[in-house]
Amino acid sequence: MNIRHAKTFFLGALVLCFLVSLFANQINSYWLFISYDIGINIILAVSLNLINGYTGQFSLGHAGFMAVGAYTAAAITNQFGELNPYLSIAVFLGALLAGGLLAAVAGLLVGIPTLRLRGDYLAIVTLGFGEIIRVVFQNMQSVGGARGLSVMHGWTNFFWAFGFAAVTVYVVTALVHSTYGRGFIAVRDDEVAASAMGISTTKYKVTAFVVGAFFAGIAGGLYAHSKQFITPGGFNFMQSIAIVVMVILGGMGNTIGVIIAAILLTLLPEGLRAIADIEHIPGIVTAHPFVWVSDTRMIIYSLLLIILMLTRPQGLFSLRKSLSK
Amino acid sequence: MTEFLQQLINGLALGSILALIALGYTMVYGILRFINFAHGDIFMLGAFAGFYLAPKVAMFLPMPSIGGGLAVMGISMAICAVVGILIEKLAYRPLRRSPKLTVLITAIGVSLLIEYTCQNDHVFGAAPKSFPTIFPEYHITQLSGLSLNSNQIIVFAVTLILLLALRFIVLKTKIGMAMRALSFNPEAAALMGINTDIVISFTFGLGSALAAAAGILFAVNYPSIDPLMGVLPGLKAFVAAVLGGIGNLPGAALGGVIIGVTETLVAGYISSTYRDAIAFGILIIILLVKPSGLLGKKEIEKV
Repeated sequence: MNIRHAKTFFLGALVLCFLVSLFANQINSYWLFISYDIGINIILAVSLNLINGYTGQFSLGHAGFMAVGAYTAAAITNQFGELNPYLSIAVFLGALLAGGLLAAVAGLLVGIPTLRLRGDYLAIVTLGFGEIIRVVFQNMQSVGGARGLSVMHGWTNFFWAFGFAAVTVYVVTALVHSTYGRGFIAVRDDEVAASAMGISTTKYKVTAFVVGAFFAGIAGGLYAHSKQFITPGGFNFMQSIAIVVMVILGGMGNTIGVIIAAILLTLLPEGLRAIADIEHIPGIVTAHPFVWVSDTRMIIYSLLLIILMLTRPQGLFSLRKSLSK
Repeated sequence: MTEFLQQLINGLALGSILALIALGYTMVYGILRFINFAHGDIFMLGAFAGFYLAPKVAMFLPMPSIGGGLAVMGISMAICAVVGILIEKLAYRPLRRSPKLTVLITAIGVSLLIEYTCQNDHVFGAAPKSFPTIFPEYHITQLSGLSLNSNQIIVFAVTLILLLALRFIVLKTKIGMAMRALSFNPEAAALMGINTDIVISFTFGLGSALAAAAGILFAVNYPSIDPLMGVLPGLKAFVAAVLGGIGNLPGAALGGVIIGVTETLVAGYISSTYRDAIAFGILIIILLVKPSGLLGKKEIEKV
């Protein structure tokens, strides 16, 4: 996806999600909620792709940024009662942006230790940051602590979920393909060579973390206003891994692949659940012949991850031969 | 003062267990330069092996006894050593020449696979199980009000013996010398006629056996086990390995003790809900102040 495609895509996506949102009340609410998840997961995966894919840093703490955004946005909107539609949009957008900005501050804090770390160490530190953020929310009684926080307004809708997904895709693509953004790829391809060429690798790494965290915060805000109930446990290590898997499956540094992977991996559990719910097949006597699928879903998922790494480490939808180096 | 000493003893017991896990991380990192994420799950498998072995061993040996307990621990260590070697052979060996990130992701995949397989109802099930009493239990309440649990004495004794055994293996045996050679320079070691595959398998087996022993000791002290019990101790032990200087064996043991004591003191004096964040806080500080760890050597980046 080059920058011209990105602009067309951006405008097209905005128009499309506006049109779909006009018919949203005719869509089955089950599918509507899944579509919110798809939009949110696209934001998360594409923003993580900026850090992990384009800049070559390995972050395992994306759920922590998401938590900051979710809690901030929810705490803000919970201050308001019933509002008229226009005011509610203004409050919602303000809350999402505040969540994004606070997550970006968290991203800056995580970005600073990355000045000296790389590879495995960085992965563990980001994981640690994610866990620290979770523990802090667990102890913050003003937002419910470990019991969780209920969010009064279900303001996330199709337009906002996919509108922000389109914004994320556009910003990340435009950033990486700009003259400035070439630096991200240079840092990924060879950090020593990049710094020898006069690129401030530190600045690029921190920028990637801040921008990635900002969008993760937005996604968190959307998530909170879609589920209307958030707990610190929902933003744990496993959630971060789920986002990382989307990026890896799609191919690191391949935005279109990552979007496809985010969509597929959101639909996969629903599809497996549907298979497990099949009551009978003609010719087979046992009731619920595929019920085992729901038990083994996560086993299949992790096995897929290992097999993918052994056979196609560049991701399913990537044409490039290998990861960096 | 008494309370402080009491917390110190509890912290040392936890720290000894973390030290045993950290040794496995640091050995594998020293040789292959990657974090074996599945190590915490080997620790869990060790505890579960003990859970299922205890009734079997009880048929031959009196059960809450030193001999019976050690037999359970020994068999569990052997089982986990085999599991560790198999994981290395199946998942990591094909990736020996791949980028580090690929191996790291595979390790995460292996860890998830073990956790979810064990949570399946046909395997262990997700519900916590209570670990049987395998060592005789006494409480010694003396020494000006200090209470010392017999299980804690077992932790200290077993850890000390295992550490001395490991020191002997690494410093005095031929395979230990090969391990050290490999951690200096794998290619040169291979050129000197060292069979790297065997040494790497041995390292994984040794690390996994130590993790299994830690799992049994953990379960003896905190007798509720579940398939996700290895996640946090695994991460904390990794932090311990980094704190001591990764790749450095005495450093890993020291780091484990420091993390265990700090965590227990913080839980006792400040807030027990923050205990899980302590290890990561220490990690971030150590990486900012002295990234090579307390006893580690600074590595120079070469182009």
